[in-house]
Amino acid sequence: MRGLAFDIAHLLAGGMVVVSFLLLYQDRVYALLNVFALHSLVLALAVGWQAYIQEAHHLYVTAGIALIFKAVVIPTALHRIVQRLGIHRTLEVVGGVGRDMLAGTALVALAILVMLPVTAGADALAREDLAFALAVVLLGLLLMVTRQNAVSLVVGFMSLENGLVLAAAGARGMPLAVEISVAFSVLIALIVIGVFLFRIRERFDSVDMQAMDTFREGRRK
Amino acid sequence: MSEEVGFAIMPLPLLLSLPLVLLAVGGYAVAAAHRPGCSRLVYGVTLTIAAVTLGLALAHLLTAAVPATLALPLGLPWLGAHFRLDALSAFFLIVANLSGGVASLFALGYGQHEHAPERVLPFFPAFLAGMNLVLLADDAFTFLFAWEFMSLSSWALVLAHHQDPANARAGYLYLVMACFGTLALLLTFGLLAGPDGGYNFAAIRAGQPTPGLAALVLILALLGAGSKAGLVPLHVWLPLAHPAAPSHVSALMSGVMTKVAVYGFIRIVFDLLGEPVVWWWGGVVLALGGITAVLGVLYALMQHDLKRLLAYHTVENIGIIFIGLGLALAFQANQMYSIAALALTAALFHVLNHSLFKSLLFLGTGAVLTATGERDMERLGGLIHPMPWTALAFLIGAAAISALPPLNGFVSEWLTFQAILISPELPQWLLRFLVPAVGALLALSAALAAACFVKAFGITFLGRPRSPAAARARETDRYSLSALFALATLCLLAGILPGLVVDGLAPVVGLLNGGARLAAQYSQPWLTLVPVGEVKSTYNGLLVLLFMALSGTVAAGLIHRLASNAARRGPAWDCGFPEASPATQYTAGSFAQPIRRVFGSIVFQARERVTMPPPGDSRPARLEVELHDPVWERGYAPVANAVVAISTRFNYLQYLTIRRYLSLVFGALVLLLLGMVLWR
Amino acid sequence: MALIADYLVQGCQMLLMLLLAPLLTGWVRVFKARLLRRRGPSPLQPYRDLFKLLRKEVVLADSASWLFRVAPYLIFAALWVAAALVPTFAGGLPFSWTADLIAIVALLGTARFFLALAGLDVGTSFGGIGSSREMMIASLAEPAMLMMVFTLSLLAGTTELSSVARFMLTAEVGLRVSLGLALLALVMVAIAENARIPVDNPATHLELTMVHEAMVLEYSGRHLALIELGASLKLLLYISLLGCIFAPWGMAVVGEGLTAYLIGVGAYLAKLAFGGFLLALFETSIAKMRVFRVDQFLGAALMLGLLGALLLFVSRSL
Repeated sequence: MRGLAFDIAHLLAGGMVVVSFLLLYQDRVYALLNVFALHSLVLALAVGWQAYIQEAHHLYVTAGIALIFKAVVIPTALHRIVQRLGIHRTLEVVGGVGRDMLAGTALVALAILVMLPVTAGADALAREDLAFALAVVLLGLLLMVTRQNAVSLVVGFMSLENGLVLAAAGARGMPLAVEISVAFSVLIALIVIGVFLFRIRERFDSVDMQAMDTFREGRRK
Repeated sequence: MSEEVGFAIMPLPLLLSLPLVLLAVGGYAVAAAHRPGCSRLVYGVTLTIAAVTLGLALAHLLTAAVPATLALPLGLPWLGAHFRLDALSAFFLIVANLSGGVASLFALGYGQHEHAPERVLPFFPAFLAGMNLVLLADDAFTFLFAWEFMSLSSWALVLAHHQDPANARAGYLYLVMACFGTLALLLTFGLLAGPDGGYNFAAIRAGQPTPGLAALVLILALLGAGSKAGLVPLHVWLPLAHPAAPSHVSALMSGVMTKVAVYGFIRIVFDLLGEPVVWWWGGVVLALGGITAVLGVLYALMQHDLKRLLAYHTVENIGIIFIGLGLALAFQANQMYSIAALALTAALFHVLNHSLFKSLLFLGTGAVLTATGERDMERLGGLIHPMPWTALAFLIGAAAISALPPLNGFVSEWLTFQAILISPELPQWLLRFLVPAVGALLALSAALAAACFVKAFGITFLGRPRSPAAARARETDRYSLSALFALATLCLLAGILPGLVVDGLAPVVGLLNGGARLAAQYSQPWLTLVPVGEVKSTYNGLLVLLFMALSGTVAAGLIHRLASNAARRGPAWDCGFPEASPATQYTAGSFAQPIRRVFGSIVFQARERVTMPPPGDSRPARLEVELHDPVWERGYAPVANAVVAISTRFNYLQYLTIRRYLSLVFGALVLLLLGMVLWR
Repeated sequence: MALIADYLVQGCQMLLMLLLAPLLTGWVRVFKARLLRRRGPSPLQPYRDLFKLLRKEVVLADSASWLFRVAPYLIFAALWVAAALVPTFAGGLPFSWTADLIAIVALLGTARFFLALAGLDVGTSFGGIGSSREMMIASLAEPAMLMMVFTLSLLAGTTELSSVARFMLTAEVGLRVSLGLALLALVMVAIAENARIPVDNPATHLELTMVHEAMVLEYSGRHLALIELGASLKLLLYISLLGCIFAPWGMAVVGEGLTAYLIGVGAYLAKLAFGGFLLALFETSIAKMRVFRVDQFLGAALMLGLLGALLLFVSRSL
């Protein structure tokens, strides 16, 4: 059980958590997108490895989708959106990376604490994958909560979705049809968000969530 | 043979008579405080008595004598007064009287400068006597009586200079918190004694409290002893009250009284409550300890009053001690007694260490205060030139408290770390996560402590004098210096011979830990410290010191002989722009600025505001720093405000007519009767 | 006889550290210069600098105290002892049990404590700026380092370095995220502690960006030589530490004989050369960060260390 197969799966799944942390650490938009591409790449590797050791061939498709769409297409698209919006120079105003990382560590502990006792009977690999996946989901949510830029919101959402895929791959994979539809829904979400970003910009001259908040408060008064 | 037996029985009556002598001296001082020589007499007697007590307690601990008990027909008629000397009280007697004796020695010189001796001399011996009685008490009544006596005599000492409104406020807050703590302890003993009222400790020990009751006792003990020891969030009085007293009293309050509080906690939780321990107790104590350690040192870093900095730092050390105790509880709950022994040894070792270096630092501050009349670091500086010996002793204390090898502070933190590193063996998930987090907090507090004491020593003693008073300072007297160096030597000895201290602690640990203790250390080669078997980890302070001394002297010798030993004095370089004014130096506030910015912005919501005058205006720019005390503002201020609001609301009761008063009493009576009827 | 030989090896280790330290510093400088397409000084230049400094007279500031004169020796002694306790070419040396990894970290703390005090001693603004920033950096770097120790100790069951190195050679280690995290944390701490880019710049004398250099600004002559040598020893210590924990291949065990020692020395030198090259590569490819970004950098190291310890619980308890 403790062979190389387990070690590599552990390494890749743990790597996802680490890259999620790297996402939290970034405060520039382009760097964020690059790290997100890395996140998806590690996901593709993790899922691919699961496909290999579980001999579940449909997981290769999942890995391929992750590799093509999430590691290449979406980051490139977001890159171009950022470029066209001209917000690549905006530094994110974050509440303090240290605080985010601290919260992130606590979330990882929470994820492990929740998952391990619950899945007591299951296979070691699946348990670990599930714990890591929950951690990635929580970190994605944290990223969405703590960032102000709409683009980083999108990235947070996508990394959250990566966590879900990791969980699915660990738990013997989900049906291929579901997987493909999820992938497409994410793609459509990207397009919709992209369109929205432009619309928002046209209206408010900014994609900073705080700026939008001030508008709303202005209306309330 | 008969001599030995006599020795085993004799010490307790003698030990009990000694505090009486102290009280008598205190009584004499009430009348004769202003007579010349009275101060010498009082401190001389306290020094002697502390030395005798120390010797007796040491003999008891080292000969591993059986516990001695004594019952006197005093106090409550049906209870009497019970006293007991066992390994635990012997160890704490050593801690208390070592610092007590050295503080008296210091005061032989320092006490001469006291301008209100009638407010200090009577209470100082009484304070020491009270602490000794707490440690010897063997029933709840005697314990609480002695505890209150200790609190009140120290309260009187806090108010020694009561003209200062800040001191008056400190005294008020101290009184409130001391009453709160005693109340909690009263309830603790009430619960422990049960409905039959067995207030004798022997009876309590024999009893078996239900789990719910035991948990309640733990919480109450944490509140009662924790408020005296300075556990966050019950620490608020401590940094105000400890500095308000004269320095040798501050040394005793910070170095010893907090340890008496730790003794109270250990006595109640480890001894009286006894087995079985539930695992979450350890978790609660650990979490409190970790938070206390980090918050304490962060508070300390923000201070620029030297004594207040030291007092806040006491809070940190109490946190470290409680981390050790929490670990011990967690291990005991899982029947891992050999590792619990390690954690307990670490905690007790730190008790001893902290009493040594905190007393040393407070006494050093006293010397600075005598020499300059200042305790604000922003007005000190450069004291190492006029006071080289005080500076050396203070430096040793500062290095020891910063947990630097080869001094003693490092050993106890190292032992705590070793106990933490074994924690994954614990079966409970929550503890397994809590312990590494607490380990991180401990590491953080150790690193911050070093920053704190670089600041304390560097700003006070190094650089150039920031005020005329600091420039005029003179070296302190010989009594004070011998006291400082006695403690500094002990800090070094405990650091390089930790194995001997651990062996000395073994009977105490065995008493609290169901007999399990660390293996004897004195037989290890080179007196290495080997807490848990050869394969784990080892540390040898003696060799570290030897290696350092050797390489340092060899380097110095070679360089001076073969290369160059020429030296020349010149103006400071300072990148080519030396500035004559001492105001250009880094101050306490500016030294802490990076840390304030990194940690303070989270914990204290620290904000900095720079006000620049418009161009052409010759006024200086101003930097204002705004800090919020989270514990006070979120915890205490609402309570205080509520109390004020309620009492304002009820204030009108003072202005009622007689008829209204009578009707109130009447109404209350009827309500009570009704209640009785309904309750039946 | 065997005992004497063992002590001899220990002595060699201490001397080796002392002799190699300036070479490593020179080595990194050469690489950096080459990467910047400069010719750069010879790798032996640090030795020449040291000898020159040792022969010069010391100029003490008027306001310098005895502490200022004692501190260089103390700092040097603490760093040398700490460096000598790290296994380099052979593990299990006679005095390896004197201090474990925690004690080595604390010895580095001792050196830092006195260096920071020396920075404050003369009473100049630059000394103060250096000391206060150094302590801020240390207040995050030291716990990060200890969390790394924590991870190692959870895996190896000890904090004693020779045993850790021996454990890392066994097969039960496996591939672990925690180890990767510990490595990352240790590298980040090493960069910060050795005052390298992006935390500090060892070559700078631009006033407001200095940390380490600001503290030693008032030192001259033999005192400066000792402090420079100490800084080199610290760099050597960290690279040896990385090699000993994460690349313990080729390390001899004490008593294995001369061939094993020679192989050990060769492997050690190769590790140092590689470590120095990586450091130079990293330093040339990154820009220095603002002082108040350092806390984020080191906070990340601390969190990575903590995360490593946490993740270890997951894989241990399955």
